[in-house]
Amino acid sequence: MSRFLPLIAFGLLVALFGFGIWWNTAHDQHEIVSPLINKPAPAFALPVLGDDTRKVDKQSLLGKPYFLNVFGSWCIECVHEHPVLSVDVKQLGLPLVGFNYKDDPQDATAWLAEHGNPFDVVIVDRDGRAGIDFGVYGAPETFLIDGKGVIRYKHVGPITPDVVAKEFRPALAALAKEGP
Amino acid sequence: MIPELGQFALILALLLALAQGVLPIIGAWRNNGALMALARPAAAGQAVFVFAAMGILIHAFLAYDFSVAYVADNSNLALPWYYRITAVWGAHEGSMLLWVFILNVWTVALAAFSRHLPQPFVARVLGVMGLIGVGFLAFILFTSNPFLRELPMPADGGDLNPVLQDPGMTFHPPVLYMGYVGFSVAFAFSIAALLGGELEQAWVRWARPWTNVSWAFLTMGIVAGSWWAYAELGWGGWWFWDPVENASFMPWLVGVALIHAQAVTEKRGSLPAWTVLLSLFAFSLSLLGTFLVRSGVLTSVHAFASDPRRGLYILGFLVVVIGGSLLLYAIRAPKVATGKPFAALSRETGIMVANLLFTTAAAMVLLGTLFPLIGDALNLGRVSVGPPYFGFLFVLLMAPAVLLLPFGPYLRWGRAEGRQLTSMALRAGIAAVICTGAAVFFVDGRLRAIAGVAGAVWVAAGTLAYVVKRWREMPFGRRFPAEMAGMLVAHFGVAIFLIGVLLSESLSTERDVRMTPGQVEAVGSYQFRFDGVRETTGPNWRADEGVVTILRGGDVMATMHPQKRTYSRGQVQTESAIDPGLFRDIYVALGEPMDGGNVEGAWALRLYHKPFVRWIWLGGLFMMLGGFLAAGERRFRAKKAAANAAAPAKEQLA
Repeated sequence: MSRFLPLIAFGLLVALFGFGIWWNTAHDQHEIVSPLINKPAPAFALPVLGDDTRKVDKQSLLGKPYFLNVFGSWCIECVHEHPVLSVDVKQLGLPLVGFNYKDDPQDATAWLAEHGNPFDVVIVDRDGRAGIDFGVYGAPETFLIDGKGVIRYKHVGPITPDVVAKEFRPALAALAKEGP
Repeated sequence: MIPELGQFALILALLLALAQGVLPIIGAWRNNGALMALARPAAAGQAVFVFAAMGILIHAFLAYDFSVAYVADNSNLALPWYYRITAVWGAHEGSMLLWVFILNVWTVALAAFSRHLPQPFVARVLGVMGLIGVGFLAFILFTSNPFLRELPMPADGGDLNPVLQDPGMTFHPPVLYMGYVGFSVAFAFSIAALLGGELEQAWVRWARPWTNVSWAFLTMGIVAGSWWAYAELGWGGWWFWDPVENASFMPWLVGVALIHAQAVTEKRGSLPAWTVLLSLFAFSLSLLGTFLVRSGVLTSVHAFASDPRRGLYILGFLVVVIGGSLLLYAIRAPKVATGKPFAALSRETGIMVANLLFTTAAAMVLLGTLFPLIGDALNLGRVSVGPPYFGFLFVLLMAPAVLLLPFGPYLRWGRAEGRQLTSMALRAGIAAVICTGAAVFFVDGRLRAIAGVAGAVWVAAGTLAYVVKRWREMPFGRRFPAEMAGMLVAHFGVAIFLIGVLLSESLSTERDVRMTPGQVEAVGSYQFRFDGVRETTGPNWRADEGVVTILRGGDVMATMHPQKRTYSRGQVQTESAIDPGLFRDIYVALGEPMDGGNVEGAWALRLYHKPFVRWIWLGGLFMMLGGFLAAGERRFRAKKAAANAAAPAKEQLA
């Protein structure tokens, strides 16, 4: 019997790989459904980049929908996403909140100085605690939060002009239909 | 027109591989000499067409043929010619072609150097190589064709990933694949032996030099990869336990076990089934590595989406090759019967223990690599394990191996005597204690550094003591046969490697600093003076280049030029500057400018002082050399199969 053991172990491995392929095909990883969608955004109060004395919390952002973009100077894809964020997303006319995730504030400042700063305000989540509340998976990620503080939409991975046209605009249109 | 010829060449190679894979095996089964004789010409024909396809792809890159999609994706007009050649294996399609190319290099070598083996055996071995070729050629043609056209043809191409634009990348993949794919030879030998029921010692002797050489290549490839990561990724690490690295490391670990197990089976006739199983494992893990890296099963969220068809194809191929061979093993292994028994205190037992440690380590790496997938399957969410898991378990498994290593050569085959072992342990132990005692004063109490010195001296002293013993006891000319010399060199490499890893890990100092021109920072016993940043250009990049002068006690030791390159497509790549030395590396990486307009000219810099880091790769090179040396053993080159069978185990006394 023991000579069949390697074969059996390999059978288990194959099952695991088959599952992996199925999983990756069935779940478009850029559309992970966040359990937080259509739920109130978690409460947070985070310092502003470059001014530790000032804090931004969830209440202070209520009243008008805004985008929350998770980024970090360590994140390679963020560099690719940045021009799209600065032009295409900015054109949508909503406030853009930068969520500096697990980053050194000095590095983040330098990174924004180099690549340009499209954000209306950048908040710092240095240890990633608030990120866990938001279910942040990695950077970049972008949330659309409405005026009542409810997460309406989430995009995982870098934003492309295509994503803006096919996902951001419809999400915004749905929001506009509900009226203020 | 020319790329289509490449396509035709691949199709013809596939047909010839089919002929090579099927007919000789039938011939060996039916005892039909004509069919068996087909193996060599079919192999030669397949090789000719695969080499032609490779040449045509290289030509397409050199001739800027952007109508070929693969060329357009991975090169552009500004890319220098040498990187246009390495761009051939810079992405998926080309690296698969490289895989088949190297498979054919091995097959041709095998066909050329197997004239002394019995014909049915050679027919089966080459047949198995042919079947592997069929699988990969069909994979290339149906899912990953590098010759696909792109119309309309773009005026200029994309770019080779800048990370790959490094001299280390020119030879790292081919060498690594030489090792990876080389295990297919040991695999083919085992399958041939299982098919033919010739589970005797002879085939293991024929397989041994091939296994040693591929393992040595794999070692060289891993060393080159580690060196490249160190030099290119810009933060001074040399091993990251990421899936791609693990993919090459698992076959290496099993390869270590296989080399030793083959020695036991060849010389003593013990453990034959285990040796067969290990050669199946080694090649299976090579294939698995290819699968893991290529199928997208383990890709993270932010990686490029990969084609699920490829994943499915490779999985099917794995099922046929690995599943088929394990099934064959399960059915035919009883024929192996039991190997010769041995005493509890013997070299066989020593090797068996080491074998278990190395295969467990490989299984541990496999488990860690697959952990995110297992997490998904059991609905635990996406979990992954990192360096803490690998670092802890690997050290735990390798510590006993290091402890046992010096005993190896002293253990006799069959039954060993305790007296010699204790005398060796006493000598090596005393040496280790003295050197460790001395080292404590230099490394002020850092535990890992002390462990490194102790372990390294233990291994080195034990190995050298054996060299001296051989020198005294054996007559001139018989002291160090190639096989033994290889073993001693490789074991000595372990000592060097230990020094490198543990001393560099514990004694390195690194600082992330903001520096304005003229500022001096001290790291270790060196002063780093930042002399500002200037602009420079290369063939397809421009860069900010820092000037850092290294001083020690007022003397200028070196001037270093770390760069931050921006390639023509906007990708940014750090090019660290390294001042190498046998006893320490100085490593400087350029970060970001610290203020918006850069008025002050201040930059973030990463400064490292890494003692003994070079010993890591030096140790690896010793192991590689050991592998090549051992393959040169005279016994392996005996011209006639009959002579082999008659050769008694001369090394019994060793």
